[in-house]
Amino acid sequence: MAEQFVGKLSEFKDGDRRIVFVGDNEIGVFRHDGKFYAYSNYCLHQGGPACEGLTIAKVEERLRPDKTSEGLFFSDTEMHFVCPWHGYEYDMKTGECVSDRKLRLRSYKIVEKGDEVYVVA
Amino acid sequence: MDLLAERGRRVTVDELNTTRLLAHARKQAVQRKFDDVLIVDVDAHHYENEHYGEILPFMENEVLKQINMGGRAKGGRGTLVPTHAGFTQDMGGRVTRYPMRGTEKTEPGRHRDIQLGERWMDAMSVDYSCLFPTGMLNIGMHPQKEMEVDLCWAYNRWLTEKVLPESNNRFFSMLCIPFSDPEQSLRHVETFGDRKGVGGFMVTTVRNLQVNDNAYMKVYRAMEERGLVLSFHSGPNWSEPVFRACNRFLSVHALGFSFYNILHCTNWVINGMGERFPKLPVVWIESGLAWVPFLMQRLDHEYMMRPSEAPVLKKKPSDYMRDMYYSSQPMEIQDMAAMEQTFRMINAETQLLYSSDYPHWDFDLPSTIWDLPFVSEKAKHNILGGTAARLFKLPPRNAAQKANLQKFGNLVTA
Repeated sequence: MAEQFVGKLSEFKDGDRRIVFVGDNEIGVFRHDGKFYAYSNYCLHQGGPACEGLTIAKVEERLRPDKTSEGLFFSDTEMHFVCPWHGYEYDMKTGECVSDRKLRLRSYKIVEKGDEVYVVA
Repeated sequence: MDLLAERGRRVTVDELNTTRLLAHARKQAVQRKFDDVLIVDVDAHHYENEHYGEILPFMENEVLKQINMGGRAKGGRGTLVPTHAGFTQDMGGRVTRYPMRGTEKTEPGRHRDIQLGERWMDAMSVDYSCLFPTGMLNIGMHPQKEMEVDLCWAYNRWLTEKVLPESNNRFFSMLCIPFSDPEQSLRHVETFGDRKGVGGFMVTTVRNLQVNDNAYMKVYRAMEERGLVLSFHSGPNWSEPVFRACNRFLSVHALGFSFYNILHCTNWVINGMGERFPKLPVVWIESGLAWVPFLMQRLDHEYMMRPSEAPVLKKKPSDYMRDMYYSSQPMEIQDMAAMEQTFRMINAETQLLYSSDYPHWDFDLPSTIWDLPFVSEKAKHNILGGTAARLFKLPPRNAAQKANLQKFGNLVTA
């Protein structure tokens, strides 16, 4: 496993992403709420660029105690990123496919060295 | 441009580039040596509504033409073809190629739709695509029969005279017929049936007419005599009374695409159309595959008890269904054992035709067929393009494809 340079920490704003090429492999690196997350850029569905689409909060349907629906809301806590090919959504913090959490994108470790960010792949 | 994701991030992308978007598809094609396999996509789309300025002048009736063109001149008020509120294929911009579509650059000199088409075809290693419209798939819901006729006429003239000739023979079409008017449908077959790039005709199935009506027999006969293919292209319709019970696009889409083909396929089979036109190839398009075993079992079950209501039949409904063809997309790959059963029940090796449906939101790549673990090499070649090559008389584009077509009995000799 080698460390691949991703970018300068000072230039990596919250909400930014980079796609890193490691040989034939592609890794998406996100910075979200001050933390880094790195996942395979190959969607588990048909191999689309899973990390290159929208990042958008989870949509929730809130139910009242009597089981009636209050409607649709964006989550305050859970962020997703979406494969732009077909809309497969992944949990930013875990890489799980939110439609079936048994499925999970391969994740990669991020290492910070001073002002530099590396992904271990 | 910024793609706004409320409570999320803005994704800034300079422009859409289909080749770049589909780079992983190209990678798959190279890994699987798809350039050596003749691949025919029997259901791809373009957005003809972006070209009304070119299409409408081909309308024949001066009054109808003026109504459409005059309205557009005033700022595009109104719509030419029925549209649906709530149809959000782009999922609020999650499928980015929808909102960014207008930003993609093409070169002057060749039709934009051909250039865009070649980009996705080259990425997927698709050799030939059957080009269908998008908005015109709703033409069967138009309240004015004469407008349906004239819009189909104009679209078919534009497509065969302006678009297909620029495609280096890589695009063909099954032209949209104005099914609400059998006489005019026949005129379309007689006028366009022999044109280059016309492989057959397509009935949009979002409609409530009976495909077995006597008035259509001459239309089917004209297609059969010319060696053309008849296809039924499905779609969703939230305005259909039964679908008003649905509250989500997902539900209307999942049910609607299968529903209309189930409806029309039932009439086609039970009324013995397969007996009446045994040499007319029939393709059911864009309903997925899961509905086919369902309908086979339902119709066989009822037919065994009520043969007097289907007296033209000489075999079971499912046998007629196995004589017809099915486009593959959207292939419901969720339960592999169920998928294998479906392939067995429809004789996929000879009856299934690969389709992408690109650029629509639920497109399928050729790898969806190629990577199935239970499909033989011969079946993979047949489904991806060999069977369609025979149906539409399409030649190989290189020596390796020719060898593969020959190997699996799909080479068409001129």
